[in-house]
Amino acid sequence: MTKISYAQALVDGMRESMEEDKTISLVGTNVLGLGPQRPLIEKVRDDFPDRVFDPPCSEAGLASLGIGAAMAGARPIIDFGVGSFSLLAWCQLVAEAGVAHHMSGGQIKVPMVFTMLHGLRGGGGGQHSHSPQAMLWNNPGIEIVVPSTPKDVKGLFKAAVKSNNPTAIISHSRLLGVEGEVPEEDYFIELGIGDIKRPGKDISLIASSRSVITALEAAEILSGDGIEAEIVDLRTLSPLDKNIIIESVTKTGRAIVIDETNESCGVAAEISAIISEDAFSSLKSPIKRISRPNVPVPASPLLEECLDITAEKIVTAARELLES
Amino acid sequence: MTNSLNIEQNLAILDRMLLIRRFEEMLIDLDQDHDFGHYHLYIGEEATGATVVESLIPTDLLLTTWRNHGHLLARGTNPGRMVAEILGRVDGYNKGRGGTLHLTDREAGFLSTSGLVGGAVGLAAGAGFALKQAGEGNICVVFFGDGSLEEGVVFEAMNLASLWSLPVLFMCENNNSGAISAQEGGFPSSEIAASQISDIPKSLNINSKLVDGADVAAVHTVVTEAVSNIRSGNGPVFVEAYSERWPGSRPLWPEQATGVTQVASAWDESLLTGEHKEWIIEFDPLIRFIRNQLAEGLFSKDELFDRDRKIQTQITEARAFGEASALPDPQSALDGVFAA
Repeated sequence: MTKISYAQALVDGMRESMEEDKTISLVGTNVLGLGPQRPLIEKVRDDFPDRVFDPPCSEAGLASLGIGAAMAGARPIIDFGVGSFSLLAWCQLVAEAGVAHHMSGGQIKVPMVFTMLHGLRGGGGGQHSHSPQAMLWNNPGIEIVVPSTPKDVKGLFKAAVKSNNPTAIISHSRLLGVEGEVPEEDYFIELGIGDIKRPGKDISLIASSRSVITALEAAEILSGDGIEAEIVDLRTLSPLDKNIIIESVTKTGRAIVIDETNESCGVAAEISAIISEDAFSSLKSPIKRISRPNVPVPASPLLEECLDITAEKIVTAARELLES
Repeated sequence: MTNSLNIEQNLAILDRMLLIRRFEEMLIDLDQDHDFGHYHLYIGEEATGATVVESLIPTDLLLTTWRNHGHLLARGTNPGRMVAEILGRVDGYNKGRGGTLHLTDREAGFLSTSGLVGGAVGLAAGAGFALKQAGEGNICVVFFGDGSLEEGVVFEAMNLASLWSLPVLFMCENNNSGAISAQEGGFPSSEIAASQISDIPKSLNINSKLVDGADVAAVHTVVTEAVSNIRSGNGPVFVEAYSERWPGSRPLWPEQATGVTQVASAWDESLLTGEHKEWIIEFDPLIRFIRNQLAEGLFSKDELFDRDRKIQTQITEARAFGEASALPDPQSALDGVFAA
C-alpha cells in the first residue's frame, strides 16, 4: 500500500486504462479542476500526446462527440470539468447516451466515460456548485460512480472504462487533495458494490462521495459518546447496491442518509424510499436526511458554509434519533 | 448536368428510388389500418439518399433522423423488418422500441437514429472522431434537414469537425422550399436568418456545396468529390441538397396528395390531374430521373414497368411480413437498458 491523493489515484487509473486500451482518449483536461492538483493531468498528456484533446467550450457538442465515437467503437473519456457544465449537455447525456442501447433494441452500445467535479468548492456560487448525480439518476441507462477515497476512485475508474455503458464518474472538488492508501498491485472495483467504511451497531450513516468523509468524522465524535455508527459508502448509484443498505439498516435499526444533492428528489430521498419499502419493520426511529437545502449556492463563504454538510449536523441528528 | 454514372449505377439508383417511393406510399395505407403514430416520409427527396450511398463503401458509417426510411432502404436494409419495427413488432430492427422515428440498422452501418433535432449531427462528429482515430479510411455521412441548423449543437459539432479535420459528410437535405409558412397556419420546415444554408458552414472553414437534391447526376458528382476529399483526410464537407417539398409532407400528417405514382406519367402527362400536377412534372425526383434516363436510352418502358412491378411485389411482401410479425412480450419493455 502507498499513500497518494485522490487526484493522483484518478490520474493513475486513467493512465493505466489508456495504456491497456488504445481506443481510449481524453477530451477535455480540467479533470482535476483549476486547483493545486491540476498539473498532475499533464502526465496523461505526456504519455499519450495523440490521445489527449483540449476542446472548445462546447459541452453539448463534446458529449455528442463522445457518444457518437463510442457508438462507432471507440472508448472516449469526455471531461466536463465542473459538474454544472454537464447541464449544457443534458439532452445528449439523457436522451442520446442513456437511451441508445434500449431504443435500438440492443444494436447500439455507448461504452464511454464522462468526468466532472461536483459540490461546494468554495466560492463556486450558483452556477459552479451543482451536484448533478440525482438529476442524472432520475434517467435510465447511465451508470453513476461517486467515489470517496483514492483507492475507490482508481478501482472504479478502471472498471468504468471497461463497461459497455455510458458512465459518469462524479468526483468532489474538495476530495482531490485527500490522501489515502492505494494497493500497489493492479486491481479494479466492480460497479454496484457498496463498501462498509466503518462497522457499527447503533446507527447506519449512508453516504457517498465527500459525505462519506464527513460521516467518518462524525462517527469518531459519536464513538466518544459510546455510539457506534456504521458508515455505508454507496460508491455507485447506478447500479446501486441495495443489499448493503438493507443489511446495515436491518442490523442497526436506525438510518441517516447523508448526501450533497439538493433535498427534493435527491439521492437521500431515493435511499430513504428504498429503506422504507424494504426495511421498514427493522426501523426503531424515522429515517433522517441530511442534504443540501433547496436553495441555489451563494458565493459568500459564510453563506455557502451554511449549506454545507458538516460532522456537527450529522452528530446532532444521530443523537436526536438515538434519544427518540 | 452530365451523367457520370454508368448504366449499372443508374439502374441501381432507379431501383432504390422506386423502392423508397413504393415503401412510403404503402406506409400511408398501412397507417390507415394500424395507426402507428406520427411519421415522416421521404417522398420527393429520394434522389439524394439513393445517390449518396452510391459513393460510399460498406465500412462507412451513417446517421439519420426521424425521416430515415429512405436512407435505410437506399443502404439495403430489409423493408419487411422495417415495417415490423414501425408496427412495434418483435422482428423490428429495434425490437419495437424505436418505431418509425428511431429505426436503425447497425449492420448496414447506421448508428443511433436520433429523433432530436440536430442530434444526429452531433453524433456524426463523434463517429468521425472514432473513424479518424482508427485510421482505416472510413467516413461518416449524416443526413439531416434544414431545421437542424436551428439547433446550437449543430454549430458545435461543425466547429469540432472543422477544428479536428474529422471525416464527416454533412448531408443537409433542405426541403424548406414549398413548405407552408407558419403565417398560413402550417409548419415551416425551418426559420433561419441566413439567406443560404450552405453559407453557414463556410464561416467555420468547412468546404460547402449547394446542389439540386432532385438531380441524381448533380448529387452524384458533388457527393463523389466530397467523399473523395473527406477520405483523403481533408476534413469535413457540407452539402446542401435542396428540393421542392412534396405536397404530401406539408400537412402535419402525411397525405397521399399527389396520388400513387404512375411511372408512365414521366412521358404521359395526361395521366396527371389535380392541383399538384406541376410539382410532379417539375420537381418529382423519380419522374425527372425516369424522363432523363428514357431520353438517354438507359432502359425501355417495358423494363421500367417490369422493375416497378417487382419492387411493388417486394413491398407487398414486406408489409405482409411486418403485419404477421408477433407483438412483443409486454414485460420485455424492461429489458436491455444496459449493455452486457
